[in-house]
Amino acid sequence: MYNPQLDQHKKLKHLLTIEGLPKAILQQILDTAETFIGINEREVKKVPLLRGKTVCNLFFENSTRTRTTFEIAAKRLSADVLNLNVSTSSQSKGETILDTVNNLIAMHADIFVVRHNQSGAAHFIAQHVPEHVSVINAGDGRHAHPTQGLLDVFTIRRYKPDMHNLRVAIVGDVLHSRVARSEIHALTTLGVPEVRVIAPKTLLPADVEKLGVQVFHDMQTGLKDVDVVMMLRLQNERMSGALLPSAQEYFNTYGLTPEKLALAKPDAIVMHPGPMNRGVEIDSRVADGAQSVILPQVTYGIAIRMAVMTLLAGGINT
Amino acid sequence: MKIHIKNGRLIDPKNKIDAQQDVFIAAGQVVAIGQTPDGFHANQTIDASGMIVAPGLVDLSARLREPGDEYKATLKSELQAAAAGGVTSLACPPDTDPVLDEPGLIEMLKHRAWQHNMARIYPLGALTRNLEGKTLSEMFQLTEAGCVGFTQADNPIVDTQILWRAFEYATTFGYTLFLRPEEPFLANGGAAHDGEVASRLGLKGIPAAAEGLAIASILRIAAETKTKVHLCRLSTAEGVEQVRQAKAKGLQVTADVSAQHLHLTEHDIGFFNANAHLKPPLRSIRDKEALCKGVKDGTIDAICSDHTPVDDDAKLLPFAESEAGATGLELLLPLTLKWAAQHKLPLMDALARITCDAARILGIATGHLSLHAPADIAVFNPEQSWQVMPEQLKSQGKNTPFAGLEMLGKVHFTLLNGHITYQY
Repeated sequence: MYNPQLDQHKKLKHLLTIEGLPKAILQQILDTAETFIGINEREVKKVPLLRGKTVCNLFFENSTRTRTTFEIAAKRLSADVLNLNVSTSSQSKGETILDTVNNLIAMHADIFVVRHNQSGAAHFIAQHVPEHVSVINAGDGRHAHPTQGLLDVFTIRRYKPDMHNLRVAIVGDVLHSRVARSEIHALTTLGVPEVRVIAPKTLLPADVEKLGVQVFHDMQTGLKDVDVVMMLRLQNERMSGALLPSAQEYFNTYGLTPEKLALAKPDAIVMHPGPMNRGVEIDSRVADGAQSVILPQVTYGIAIRMAVMTLLAGGINT
Repeated sequence: MKIHIKNGRLIDPKNKIDAQQDVFIAAGQVVAIGQTPDGFHANQTIDASGMIVAPGLVDLSARLREPGDEYKATLKSELQAAAAGGVTSLACPPDTDPVLDEPGLIEMLKHRAWQHNMARIYPLGALTRNLEGKTLSEMFQLTEAGCVGFTQADNPIVDTQILWRAFEYATTFGYTLFLRPEEPFLANGGAAHDGEVASRLGLKGIPAAAEGLAIASILRIAAETKTKVHLCRLSTAEGVEQVRQAKAKGLQVTADVSAQHLHLTEHDIGFFNANAHLKPPLRSIRDKEALCKGVKDGTIDAICSDHTPVDDDAKLLPFAESEAGATGLELLLPLTLKWAAQHKLPLMDALARITCDAARILGIATGHLSLHAPADIAVFNPEQSWQVMPEQLKSQGKNTPFAGLEMLGKVHFTLLNGHITYQY
């Protein structure tokens, strides 16, 4: 089947979504990221793999954290980095996405890192860039955030290397979450046998079980004996309205407290893509507790993004 | 001008004719079928060997984009598309700019279309002023000006009190209401069927129940007010079943489906193909099968093109931001023929859905080839397959989810009122 992310030699051309990527490519990205972990801990953190290349961070939606990690990753690979927050410039002047992209192509950008509030925006841009340009999706609407999904499975693999023997729970606003979708695809592709989602019915998409997950509506049964708890961020504007009555009730029912975490396996790890709402989806005692791997996720995120850019720019062989 | 169409297979569903018969045309009318009338000397003879001679198609919904949206399409381009597709009568919805809610606009549109002389156009007037769902339009005067029915196009009336009054007022004069059933709150912001594909792609969904709820309200009010209702663009299995039951109860209800929805499902969105962004959304395989069954058993009366030309810029956007709709006038016949072949539906029945059945819903006199009927005729090769190349379509809208796909059946001649408007 046609896959817009692969070139004619079945090599990664764009990273738009985890869905449909072969397991071998996911493993290649994770293994490559492993080699960058060491570099990030050295005194001199730079390698010349992307020297002479230009990475353009094209953000149609505000983000500091994700943009910064992509920027650090590109700079550690010795690329030149261009940051564009389009939401605050061209779009407000009525320029279309394609106009913006074409202008940047004319400036000879090699890799576009794209974030947009519309699902499918990264696919759309990838369809309209020339052969030599690669696109990395840094989050499109509710659809996908593949580097987040990759860094999450990378983190899991570091703490729980036997992926074929894991029970993972994803908790919270799956409906609006591109992170959840990418996590689900990454976990199922890598052979994790049991992926659960735990959320009220208002925060689950239609036919979610067709993504290969088991659905739970309460933490008590959903967290039972899991190895990994992946929390999702709840956006402020969704805390009170037709989806949920209040942040307090949400915390009571789906917030991760030490008591609820105790239902999971004793050595379970806790993850969160950030930024966290303490006291809404997660209790500070858990976020800062011994089982939390939330900060390592951020560190690994840089290695993952370095790996993806390196593979897109032609591999480590060059 | 006298024309003799010879050696063709005449299929006229209304008169239940399917036979090898010549057609003779004079003064814009069908003057004889089979036997050459006395003293008939044709100015032109069309050899229809191997072809089907059928009434010109009647399309229940084609957006011509005039007035106001001429950058998307013009009367000229779209009427040429109609002729190329064998469509000779078409109803056009009022969602233009300005909205077709004044008699003067209707007269102007009809006059301009008449000057082109490529197809008969039957405007559907706005049911409420500016389609805002608040104030009733001048339905009587709009009808005098040429409207054949009233509709809200894609802007449903939210207030059920106003909806009820609109039904009562329209029924006072016996007008038919053309309503696309979609509960606006459930559909709000949605771009795809609320199901597996939308969930995977992260698109906001429109649940099938949005159609079911709207149909339930419409049918309930129609039963109360005795209104003639035509339900436009059914898309769900539930909707088909509701119409089936309503008809069984004897309600004055008819329904149509777009040719797109008989061929495609939510899965055809693929990787965010904006050309598969339609209103109503493409739904599940189960829904598509129910629609097909509905057309076959007559629950769904007609197939329409739902022709909606969209300019490239409005499609060159991420899926949900792109404008919904597909160009369709040139594909209505081949999509119907291909569908009929796939579902083993007799040609006569399939053609009825795009000729006399559609004409009956509009209450117009075309869609058949009775003696002395206007000579609106499509002559087509039913076996000819061709590939859809968007840039070769006459329509200014190149937006089609069928690009590159094989079509079955090609129009060779279209006649309107006895003159040739298209020749292959």
